[in-house]
Parts: sequence; structure tokens; C-alpha cells
Amino acid sequence: MTTRSTGPLRYTLVLTVLALALAGAALAGLALGQVRIPAAQVLDIVTGRAEPSPFRTIVLDVRLPRVLLGAVVGAGLAVVGTVLQALVRNPLADPYLLGISSGASAGVVVVIVFGLGSGLGLATSLTMPAGAFAGALLALVLVYALARRGGQMTGSRLVLAGVAVAYVLSALTSLLMVTSARREHFQEAMYWSLGGLGSARWDALPLPATVLLLGTGLLIALARPLDLMLVGEEGATVLGLDTSRFRAAVFVLTSLVTGVLVAFSGAIGFIGLLVPHAARMLVGASHRTLLPVTALAGAAFLVTADLAARTVAAPQDVPVGILTALIGGPFFLWLLRRRPEGAPV
Amino acid sequence: MTLLRTEGISYGTRLHAVDLTVGDGETVGVVGPNGSGKTTLLRCVYGTLRPTAGRALLDGDDLSAMGPKARARSIATVPQDGQALFELTVHEMVAMGRSPHKRFWEADTTADTRLVREALARVGIADLAERPFPSLSGGERQRALVARALVQRPAVIVLDEPTNHLDIRYQLEVLTLVTELGTTNLLALHDLNLAAYYCDRLYVLDAGRVVAEGPPAEVLTPALLATVYGVDAEVTTYSATGAPTVVYLPKSASRA
Repeated sequence: MTTRSTGPLRYTLVLTVLALALAGAALAGLALGQVRIPAAQVLDIVTGRAEPSPFRTIVLDVRLPRVLLGAVVGAGLAVVGTVLQALVRNPLADPYLLGISSGASAGVVVVIVFGLGSGLGLATSLTMPAGAFAGALLALVLVYALARRGGQMTGSRLVLAGVAVAYVLSALTSLLMVTSARREHFQEAMYWSLGGLGSARWDALPLPATVLLLGTGLLIALARPLDLMLVGEEGATVLGLDTSRFRAAVFVLTSLVTGVLVAFSGAIGFIGLLVPHAARMLVGASHRTLLPVTALAGAAFLVTADLAARTVAAPQDVPVGILTALIGGPFFLWLLRRRPEGAPV
Repeated sequence: MTLLRTEGISYGTRLHAVDLTVGDGETVGVVGPNGSGKTTLLRCVYGTLRPTAGRALLDGDDLSAMGPKARARSIATVPQDGQALFELTVHEMVAMGRSPHKRFWEADTTADTRLVREALARVGIADLAERPFPSLSGGERQRALVARALVQRPAVIVLDEPTNHLDIRYQLEVLTLVTELGTTNLLALHDLNLAAYYCDRLYVLDAGRVVAEGPPAEVLTPALLATVYGVDAEVTTYSATGAPTVVYLPKSASRA
């Protein structure tokens, strides 16, 4: 590759184009579906100029929360993926590498199979996210404890601990699912683990949105040490970073963000892997400029993918995780092939 | 005046009670065969290894008692290979050297950017600032890493075999650059002739111990080369440079 223009003009242009793409995807997401609503009417409804009508209900109560949740989850997973790739110095890292999604899945299956909370009359739309978050937290604590030895936490230990915890938790999840007496448990858990935004509701938005904004804000503030992590353990240390402490703190932060997002969306894969690499091709690897671009691109990507998931097999609502995996898998392979010989994996 | 001093630094079985001093403005070389402890010694100085005994002092302050940030303000390190995981520009790479002077959330100011530009100009690659770092030649990369050390504004620059993997032309360029900066330098070197020419004083390590120290002309003797490196050699003073020059003799030639 030759000279890359990193001027502020180009950067503003990239941000503007991505923001327009997100707006376009959102508008399409509100207008298209089983019922097609003209774009002009959608704009009237969103800006509050429309009379109450069935269309208004569809746009405001069904599609808008779903589009917003898609944007929040897409942005969050992409940002977390970017950060984790720097943190464990592995370009193939994503939010699920460190056992978080397996933990969340295990939590959800426990809630479904044992019917937790149903005795108290709690809806599954509440108990499932709670179970997912608890499971993600459990995985986080396990991985953290395993990865830390003698007060040090290295990237490779973190990856190995994450993979090990993920295996054990997925095995437990499968065990619970196959031994459960009721068939619908299996289906419910399966559907959740494929990832989807079908459960989006207004009251399920404030928490993930707040967590996304706080988490992304903090991570952008940490852009400088994140850049240092790119030159490796020793390189970052001699430039003044306490790598072990930094890695532990950012690992906890990213796990919490992922845990909350996954609790509401299920395990949607590959966004955290695919979007960061695409964003780096656009604006380079420096995190202060990279992270805002990643967030916008992730949001636009998931809103678009979710629109496709709702429409390709309509009236069937395909879990969006299947679509992102269909796109992400080949991209992953392309990334592997493209890596120069001898480069660290 | 002594700026950097190690007092009996040891590291496991790899380094044994090494005493070393570097004076203000001096360029001091550490030489020795592979595995003699050069890199271990440097790591104990710049702090990625904690000595099992002894200590390193900068201006009388114990370096191992400092946090990584304070240490990075005093000692800058030029690694053998400074590759980043993803593609950063040369400017971004050099600007990392400002980190020890910043709170972690602070962005670079115009003053930082000016320092980076000045450093790039000083090492002669001002025109490469916006190029991707991996696209640079080995010599240019080494210059960029020296520029990064400069913006760190350290008291001492530590260089671990900065000429490794470089063509001879770039080896000469990089070492000339480093010794003409006027900084205080501690460097590990493989090539004895380069060490003899560019360093004010040398420490010779063998199996983790200092076996000789002093100006190159006093240290590099046929006797030392025979015991430490196990080679026969002649050492002459080359008239054009005035530096001692080592000529290695093949076994058969020396027997004749």
C-alpha cells in the first residue's frame, strides 16, 4: 500500500458518508417489511406530523425500537471488537472470543429450562436478558481469574482462558438443552443463540443505549493506550504503559458492554470481527479516529443486515446472526488468506 | 558525570553482578557472543525485566522503583523490530513517544505535533511522515524509531542491536545518526568493528559477566577475542578512522 491520505477533510468525509448510510438504512428499515410504507409518510410519522394510524403504530412501536436496538448493538459489538483486537494483539479476536457469548447463552438456557422467574410472574422478555447478563458476568469472572497469574495478564493467556471457558460453558448449555424434557425449550434457546432483534421494545432500549454511549466514550478516551498496545507487550511497557493493569481494566469494561448488548440481542456474530477491519482500511488503525468510524459502520451494518433478515424470507423473521455469519465467515477466510506469511495470528 | 549506573545487576542464571556506568553524553556499547546476556542486561535497565539482585540507578534514582510511565520519561528504548499489529503512519508511530508525558485521555497538542515533526526532520525522514510505517525500508524504520525515542525527551536512549537485519549502508547511517544526536546512548551491538568505531567505551559480556571494559582500543585485544569468542584475530588501528579494527583469521591461516 502506498501513501494513505489521513487529512481531516477525508476523515470528515468518511464520517459523513457513514452517517448518511446509517440514516438511509434506518429509513429503509422503517419503510420496508411485510407492510410497505412510503418514505415520505415514514418521515412524517417520525417527525410527529402524522395522524394516528396503523402505519404510525408499525413505524413507532414495532420498527423504530428494532432499528434503534440494531444500531446500538451493531455499534457496540464493532467497537468492542476493535478494542479486543488491539488488547489481545490478535486480528481475529471478536467480542465472543473471550467466552462472553457462551456465558450469556448458558445463562439464557438456565432461565428457560428451569423457568426461573416465571413463578414470580416475570415475563421472559425480562428474565432472559437478566440470565444472559448473569451468564456473561460469570464467564468474565472465570476468564479473568484463569488469565491472571502472578498479577500479570498477557494477551495469549486471555485468549486461551477465553476459549477454554467458552468450551466448557457451551458443553453445559448443550447438556441442559438435550436433557430438558420440553421440546420448546430447545427451540427457544436455539433461537436466542442465533441472535436476533425481534424482541426489541421501547422499554428494552435505555439500558443498552446508555451502556453503549458510556462504554464507547470511555474507550475513545483510552485511544492513546490502545494505540500503544499495537506495538506489543514490551513495546507498550517501554512507552510507559502498565500493560497488565490496562488489559485487565479494558477486558472488564468490554465484557460488561458485550454482556449487556448480548442480553438484548442474542449472540450476533462476526460484526465485531468484520467491521473493525473494514474501518481500518478506511481511516487507519489509530483508535481516536478509528473508534467513531467503527461505531457508525457497525450501526449501519447491523441495521441493514436486520432489514435483510426481516425481508429475505418474509413473513419468516430469519435470525440476523445467521446472515452476519453468512457474510462474516467468507470474510474471515479472506482475511486469513490475505495475511502475509509469518505475520502473527 | 555519571548519569546511568548499574550496581551488581543479576538476573537468574543469565546475568551475574554487572556493574556498568554511562556518563552524560557518552555512547556506551555492550558486546559479547550470542546468549552472553546483552539483551537481558538492557531489559533490566529499561525495566521490562526486574533484576533478581542489584539495581539500576539514573541520576541516583532507582529505576525499578519507578512506574513504567516515569521510567519511560527517563529512558527511551529503540527496539530491534518495532512493528505494530495494524498499519499506523510514521507520524502516528513517532507520536507514541509523547505518551509518557501525557495523561492517558489527552490528545496530542500542536506542541506535540511540532516535536514529532522536528524529530522526523532531525533523523532525515520528514517527507515520510504520512507513509504507512510497514512500507518503510529497514533503515527508515530504524530512523523513525530513533525519532520516537527523541520525542520521549529521555535522559538515556537504550538501543538493542539497532543494526540487526540492516544492510551495511543502513547500519552505518543509523549508527552515525545516533552518535551525532548528542544524546546519552547505551547500545547492544553485534559487530565489533562498528562498536569500536562508534562507541566511546565498551563492556564485553561473556556468560552473563563483564569480562572487560574500557575504550575500544584497550578492550579489543587478540587475547580477549580468543577467550570470549574463541577466534583468532588481529587488531590493528585503521589509519582512516583511527579506530581499532578487528580482522578475523580463519583457523588454517593462523596456524600457517
